[in-house]
Order: sequence, then structure tokens, then C-alpha cells
Amino acid sequence: MKHLITCVALALSTPVLADTLVVQSTTSTENSGLYDHLMPILERETGVKVNVVAVGTGQAIKNAMRCDGDVLLVHSRPDEEKFVADGYGDYRRDLMYNDFVIIGPKADPARVAGAANVTEALQRIRETGARFASRGDDSGTHKKERLLWQEAAIDPDAGSGQWYLETGSGMGATLNTGVSLGAYVLSDRATWISFGNKQDSTIVFEGAPPLFNQYGVIPVNAGKCPTVNREAAEIFANWLLSESGQAAIGAYQVKGKQLFVPNANHKLNSSIESK
Amino acid sequence: MPDSLLPIRIRDLRLSKGDRALLAGINLTIEDPGITVIMGPNGAGKTLLLRCLHGLIKPDRGQITLGPLGPESSRDQQAMVFQHPVLLRRTALQNLAFAAPELARSEPQRLISALAAVHLADRADQPARMLSGGEQQRLALARALLSQPALLLLDEATASLDPASVLVIESLVKAQSAQGTKVILISHDQGQARRLADEIVFISDGQITEQSPADSFFSAPRTPMARAYLAGEILL
Amino acid sequence: MNALAEAFRLIITLDADLFEILWLSIRVSLIALAISAVISLPLGTWLAITRFPGRKFCILVLNALMGMPPVVVGLMVYLLLSRSGPLGWMGLLYTPTAMIIAQVVLITPIIAALSNQVIENLHQEYRDTFYSMGVTGRRAVVAYLVDARYALTTCILAGFGRAIAEVGAVIIVGGNIDHLTRVMTTAIALETSKGNLSLALGLGAVLLALSLLVNALVIGVREYAAKRQYA
Repeated sequence: MKHLITCVALALSTPVLADTLVVQSTTSTENSGLYDHLMPILERETGVKVNVVAVGTGQAIKNAMRCDGDVLLVHSRPDEEKFVADGYGDYRRDLMYNDFVIIGPKADPARVAGAANVTEALQRIRETGARFASRGDDSGTHKKERLLWQEAAIDPDAGSGQWYLETGSGMGATLNTGVSLGAYVLSDRATWISFGNKQDSTIVFEGAPPLFNQYGVIPVNAGKCPTVNREAAEIFANWLLSESGQAAIGAYQVKGKQLFVPNANHKLNSSIESK
Repeated sequence: MPDSLLPIRIRDLRLSKGDRALLAGINLTIEDPGITVIMGPNGAGKTLLLRCLHGLIKPDRGQITLGPLGPESSRDQQAMVFQHPVLLRRTALQNLAFAAPELARSEPQRLISALAAVHLADRADQPARMLSGGEQQRLALARALLSQPALLLLDEATASLDPASVLVIESLVKAQSAQGTKVILISHDQGQARRLADEIVFISDGQITEQSPADSFFSAPRTPMARAYLAGEILL
Repeated sequence: MNALAEAFRLIITLDADLFEILWLSIRVSLIALAISAVISLPLGTWLAITRFPGRKFCILVLNALMGMPPVVVGLMVYLLLSRSGPLGWMGLLYTPTAMIIAQVVLITPIIAALSNQVIENLHQEYRDTFYSMGVTGRRAVVAYLVDARYALTTCILAGFGRAIAEVGAVIIVGGNIDHLTRVMTTAIALETSKGNLSLALGLGAVLLALSLLVNALVIGVREYAAKRQYA
């Protein structure tokens, strides 16, 4: 019995999140390794300890609405603005961007590489009967992809389970599926660069303006959620938006490639294509 | 020694399974101390009767009184040794300690002497279920006697045991009876019945057919059934 | 082979991250196991030896709960511990404690149902003798637990196996936070999603090795018990 009490005490003595910060964020940023790079610098400069919960953008927003996060760091601008408008967030700031790319087999059976724009690329996929693996998880990437289909006037749901494969999983899991099936996938560039299971797939289409992927940062409103660690959230957001934080984001590289372009201070902006 | 549970009175005890009557209206009064041996062919109802006395089985009808008490209210003054001893998965000594926790605390040497009485003193720390069949039954008897019961029930407790164990058990049962414990035991062994019994109860087809002092039962059984049984003409 | 080599490299170089994750896995599951055992063993035993109306139904429910998907358990515990949930004020979501709670909920029915079966068999054997000796209630429960100790070890280890191999519940309530709630299974899920398949497999191999070790222990315990007729 004594042992049990010791055990329980041990369990309860694990750090409770009162003195730390919970960031609800996306699998794409987590999988890219960005946080492993940023957090030690942040902790050193500000003393704030951050715990990142990585889920799809949709779930991250829902979790934050349940007050299970102090800061939201996601990439789906309309949803972020609605989150703030509904009073869940204090404000929203542009933080950084990368871009989306279309991944496909090197042989490129749909000849996506030669398309003039995103709409044509998607139409070629549809017309050649090639397969397309979708996140299908209400994430920022998924929302972006749905928007692109809409702009191309294609209803992928009609082919769901046939050529349009909704994995309902994170970016990495969807890439695993796509790569294995030789299907096309819309991925953020960062996840793809650091992805370890590329096999026979490569970037077949990139650089078009509609593929721009903006990340925003939102401290959760303390009025809606009295439990939030408002002070630490403020420090976290301010640091990310500061020159020091922006420089750290810009300095992050995987395999010699910069993954994110900081754009909180728009003076720092530079186009990703120019790299 | 607790108060006597005598006389034991059984009135119109009935128990049936489906439409087969297992106990078909048993009437029996046991007034005298000493050893009562229940005999009878297989399936006659001997074990059921004993289990009813101990309160392990509730009869469909009938009444059992042991002195002023019933089977269940006298349970802590009874002890029973089953045909197949069930011992705990512990050492021999721990089996006795489990049966009599207070005794184990206050007079632990009594447990050792109880083991010695059944010639198991050197087996105290052996796992009980590693003992031989005879040793296990001796341990079960030692365990039953720890509570100094007013009534001791033995259900074919020595069937298929080694002769030495049978001898140890018989002499212990006799000694316990001499100290005032009423003993009721079931046996198929005529030799054992002759050695131990003060009184014989013969049961056949769920009914008591004879209750006699042991001497007269063996010299002049009153029913043809008992005569045939003693002559070995009824298959066991 | 690549995977095994990677796993082997992580082990022999005493990779700090690996051991942190491994230790957290073991610690969380062991604590969950200890708490669950204290609840489930007496419960399973009590259900085996007492008779009351609705007992069969309780056992039925227990057996059904054994098959409850971890994700559902995770979701229930998440809703409970969420800051806007009924226990949100405790601030336990995304902590190892939350994972422990989820695992307790997950494995308690398993250990209770398995131990119920074990004790029920033993009860068949002991019932008359215990009646005769006047052993009832608490004393009987304790006696059954002690006497079935070796068989119950197997039940407990089945619970441990389920707890440590489980991913669906702990990833929801723990959040797979690096250096805080990342355990072996959520790390494997993460590495798989990063496409680091060989590393994921390597971690899986480490988990498998742990499972082999635990099972070897069970077999050892069983053989010891069988030799002494304690099984």
C-alpha cells in the first residue's frame, strides 16, 4: 500500500502545465522539426517552457476553443480570423509562410509538371485518372486543397475512394500513403523536405501564387478561457514576432534548405521562389 | 470443548433432483456421543446427508436440529473432512495458520504440535499440495481439529489412502471422540467400521433402513439389504 | 535489418532521448498497472465469489469493456480532463498523469475480467472448504488473491502489455509532447508520420524486446509456481 501511495505521488508530481505553455499547432510544423529548432532558443531567451500539441489545424482550433491551449499556431487564415472574431483569440498576426507543392511519382503520368497553373495541374490529374491522396482531416492543408479543387471546378468527392483517397491523417501519414500508391499529394514544402520516405516521388509542381501558405499566431483569449497562461502566451507570441524570433525561423534549414520564411515584419519578406 | 450438539434430530429430510428422490424422507435421531458410522451402497445418499448436516446443502424439505441449533448456526462448532482434501497453495504450516489465525498469533507452538500429531512435523515448510495423498488428508484432519469441534464429520476420508495414513487418522479420530467430540463418518471399509463404530446407521435409496449398536449390526443385520451389503453382494 | 541496426545503435550508444521515452513509457504503464491492480483484482475476485442479482450482468459488462477501443477511452478521458471539462480545473490534460488515468481506465476491465475467471475456477475448488472453515467476506477475498497469486501475475502482465503497447488513448490525452508526454508508441507514430520508417521500426524493436523480457518473466514465474504446485 505504501508503494502505491508513493507511485501515485510520483505520478502527480510530474510537471502540471501551470508554469508552462501549451501551443496547439499543426502536424506540418511539428513534423518539419521547426519546434525542435525554435524552442531551445526561446527558452534560453525568455525562460518560457513550451509544450507543443501537434494535430490538424481544424482540431487545433477546436481544442483551443475548449481552452486546452494557450496559443494557436496554425495555417488557415479564414478559420483563424473567425476564431478571433468569435472572441476566442485576442488577435491574429502573420508569423511566417512557406508554400505548398504537389508531390507525385517521378514518371509523372498526369504530366502535372508541364501545367501552366494549379488549376490546370489538378485538371490533368483528374483527366488522366491518376490517383490523389488527400489529408481529409479538416487541417489547414486540407482546407487549402479543397479550395484549389473548387477553383479548378472539380468535385473530388464524386471519386472518393476511387481516385480521390482521403486518409484522414496527418501530413506525414498521407505522404506515406501517396508515395506507396504512386498518387499525387498536396503537401507543405517543409514537411516534404524533411520527410524521410520519399521513395520514387518528387515535387512535380511548385511556385504558383495560389500555393502560398501563411501561418498565423493567436494568443487564446483569457476572457473566454480564464485558465490560460496569458502572460507566457504573450511572451511567446511577442518573441516569435520579434526580430530575434523571426531570424531564428529564417535560419532553420533541413538538408541545406530554408523551410519557412518569416514575415511578421513585412520588411523581412522575400519570395520563396527566389531561393 | 464447546457445548454438545447432541441430540441431533433429522425429521423427514427430502431432496430430489428432477423427479429422482435422492433423500426420500430421512428420520434419524443421534443421542449418544462416540462414533457413528454411516454405511450403505453407492448413491444411497450418505454424502448428501452429511452435507445437509454441515449446512452445505439446503434440503427441499425437512428439519435438522443439532442440540438447540440448526446446521448453519452450528457451523462454527462443526468441522468436516472431505474425501478429497482441498489445501491452500501454501506450506503445510501456513495451511494450519490460515484455519486458526488467532491461535497462530497467540500459541504458534500449538500448530507445530498439531502437525506432530499427524506425523507431519518435518513437513511444516513444504508446499501442502506437494505432499502425498495420505499426508494431505492427515493435514486436512489436523486442520479440522484445530477448532476443537463439537461435531466432526468425515466423508470417506480414508478411501484409497496408504495404510499408515489410515492408521494415523483412525487413532486421532478415536482420541478426539474420547475427548467428547461427536464423530459421524462415512465409510465403505467394514474393517474400519468395526474398529471405530459405536453405532451404525445404514442408508439405502435415500432412506434409513437400520440404526443399531455396532456389535449387533455386524452380528445380526436386520435387513436383507444390509446382509447383502456386508456379504459384499452389492456392488459399491 | 536497417531498422534493427538503428535500434541497436540507439541502445548501445545509450541514446538519451530513447531512454527518456522508454523510461516514461515504463513508468506511466507501471503506475497505471499498480493503480489498476488495486481496483481490478479485488473487484474481479469479489464478483467471482459473491452471489447477488445482476452479478452476471456486471461480468458481461466487464467483458464487453475489455474490447473498448483505446481511442474511445482517450476521448472520454480527454473530455473529462479538458480545461472546459468537469475535471479541467486540475490541469491534468497533456501530462503523464492524464496518460496514467487513460491507461487505468483501459486496463482495469481487462485485469478484472481475467482475474474474475481465474478466481472463479479456484472458487469451484475452495468453496466448500471455505464454507466449512467459516472463511467469508474480506478474509476470503484476500485468501483467493494470495492463493491465485501466480495466475493473477499473468492477468496483470496482460494488462501491462496492453498498457505499454497502446497508442490511441495516450496520444489524445498526452498530446505526444516532446520531453513531457512522448512515449514509445506515440514516438513510433510520429516517426512513421515523418516517413522515418526504419527509426520507427527500430523503436518498435525496442518495444518488442521489452515485451519479450516481460513475457520471459511470466513464464519463469509460472514454472516456479508449477514446480511447487502453487499454480
